[in-house]
Amino acid sequence: MDHEEAVVCRGLEYSFTHGRGKVTRAVDGIDLTVRTGEVFGLLGPNGAGKTTTIRAITTLLPVGAGMVRVFGHDATRRPMEVRRLLGYVPQQLSADAGLTGRENVALFARVFDVPRAERARRVTQALAAVDLTDAADRMAATYSGGMVRRLELAQALVSAPRLLVLDEPTIGLDPIARTGVWERVDAVRRATGMTVLVTTHYMDEADRHCDRIALMDRGRIRALGTPAELKDQVRQDGQQGQAGHEGRDGRDGRDEPTLDDVFRHFAGRDLADATEGDFGDVRRTRRTANRVG
Amino acid sequence: MSAVPAARPTASAEPPDRGPELDLLLVPPRARTGWRLVPARIAAMCAVELQKLRHDRTELYTRAVQPALWLLIFGETFTRLKAIPTGGIPYLDYLAPGIIAQSAMFIAIFYGIMIIWERDSGVLTKLLVTPTPRAALVTGKAFAAGVKAVLQAVVVVLIAAVLGVAMTWNPLRLLGVVAVVLLGSAFFSCLSMAIAGIVLTRDRLMGIGQAITMPLFFGSNALYPLDLMPGWLQAVSKVNPLSYQVDALRGLLIGTPSHLPLDFAVLAAATLAGIAAASALLGRLAR
Repeated sequence: MDHEEAVVCRGLEYSFTHGRGKVTRAVDGIDLTVRTGEVFGLLGPNGAGKTTTIRAITTLLPVGAGMVRVFGHDATRRPMEVRRLLGYVPQQLSADAGLTGRENVALFARVFDVPRAERARRVTQALAAVDLTDAADRMAATYSGGMVRRLELAQALVSAPRLLVLDEPTIGLDPIARTGVWERVDAVRRATGMTVLVTTHYMDEADRHCDRIALMDRGRIRALGTPAELKDQVRQDGQQGQAGHEGRDGRDGRDEPTLDDVFRHFAGRDLADATEGDFGDVRRTRRTANRVG
Repeated sequence: MSAVPAARPTASAEPPDRGPELDLLLVPPRARTGWRLVPARIAAMCAVELQKLRHDRTELYTRAVQPALWLLIFGETFTRLKAIPTGGIPYLDYLAPGIIAQSAMFIAIFYGIMIIWERDSGVLTKLLVTPTPRAALVTGKAFAAGVKAVLQAVVVVLIAAVLGVAMTWNPLRLLGVVAVVLLGSAFFSCLSMAIAGIVLTRDRLMGIGQAITMPLFFGSNALYPLDLMPGWLQAVSKVNPLSYQVDALRGLLIGTPSHLPLDFAVLAAATLAGIAAASALLGRLAR
């Protein structure tokens, strides 16, 4: 049973109710399709609804209105089938500091029912895939931020998932560690052909590593396509609206638009201005950044 | 708004060059189904708890201080006072099973704080995205708390033995003690996880934990027999699972008259109810 689409969301909505009946619509009618084998990026500022979308796809949130399917399985009705196909790395640094790297990965081998006979070999392979063989028997508490991220990748890979879901995998990391994480993701994907769904607010990473991206702002998808297509569209729209006017994207005459320009073009504001994530978002981001050091 | 994706290299078109061997990472493990799933998850959670304790035993030692003080100060003093009628056995012997139950409960009742910590750190979120039903995850965590409590109970039994408490060394009875401590801790950790699912923050749970621990302890037969209590406290004690745990431990360890079938039945029923409640509320922590 092979499905062309890894993930299908139709009319996905989700609202949070705060105290005193205040409602925030985090995701406001999202339609998107992630194709098998591609790296799909969800881009947007804090509070855009990326993490909520990911949580609906990973069965963590009950899908209120709309539909989510992962390789043909309905996320609400068949959550166990969906979870078996997923490798998930949440935004927070989630490795258990009280265990060694190897024990961290072994736990996930166990909860994905890897038989005892092949558990040790599989864990060793997962650790090798993320270049942690030498550090495997050290406590995770001694790992650097980049190493923890790679360890989490090994935890997600040990069950041979068909869809790897990464929520802000490089947040708070220095540029070298960011490159290290992406190198491992790219290498694993080359070797396994798995589908990757990633959220990020680093436009340069999305540009370099994603096959297609969806730009999200205020709970909605503002644009969807390959990075080249989106930039083309900005360029064309800029040419149409020229004749002395500075384009809405504010490129100041530069030829090649960046994804920041694309965001400005479709969302109508700067990415830097669009950081109205709620307190929880900021706290989560800070906590991750603090732990990364 | 849609577009053609860039051509993707496939696994067969581009084999892993010079990289490590990854053959097992291409094959998903076969799913365990049916009745074998829950025991497997319980074993996984207990293994993690034991691994953590192997790496850092500090908690085991520091948590032994309080029960040691109870036995040494409270126990020794009240043995001399002879103020509490214990049916002819020394008060210290009478007290020891109560203190085992108390120290196990203290570990379990704050287990919810660990769940909230795991939620905050993403560990719980990640476990919730594995093929583990909520009830299996809660049961696994509950018995992991139980394993920790059993190790704690061993420490308290050793301290009591050093203080001269005459306890059984019959292996079958000791096995019964392990079962009682496991069940009791599983119930109290589920109670704690259920409260965690309602209050959602560590600070609130700390407050509630503090507020209910002492009433549970003093409203049980851990320190004194039921007959000594006023009527209303006896009623409280009769619905307090800790009383049944203490009754069973006393019967098994010291040989006092007890109601073992009833004690086990109440503890098992309470644990099942606790697992059901905590499983229903666990999802709230992931939102």
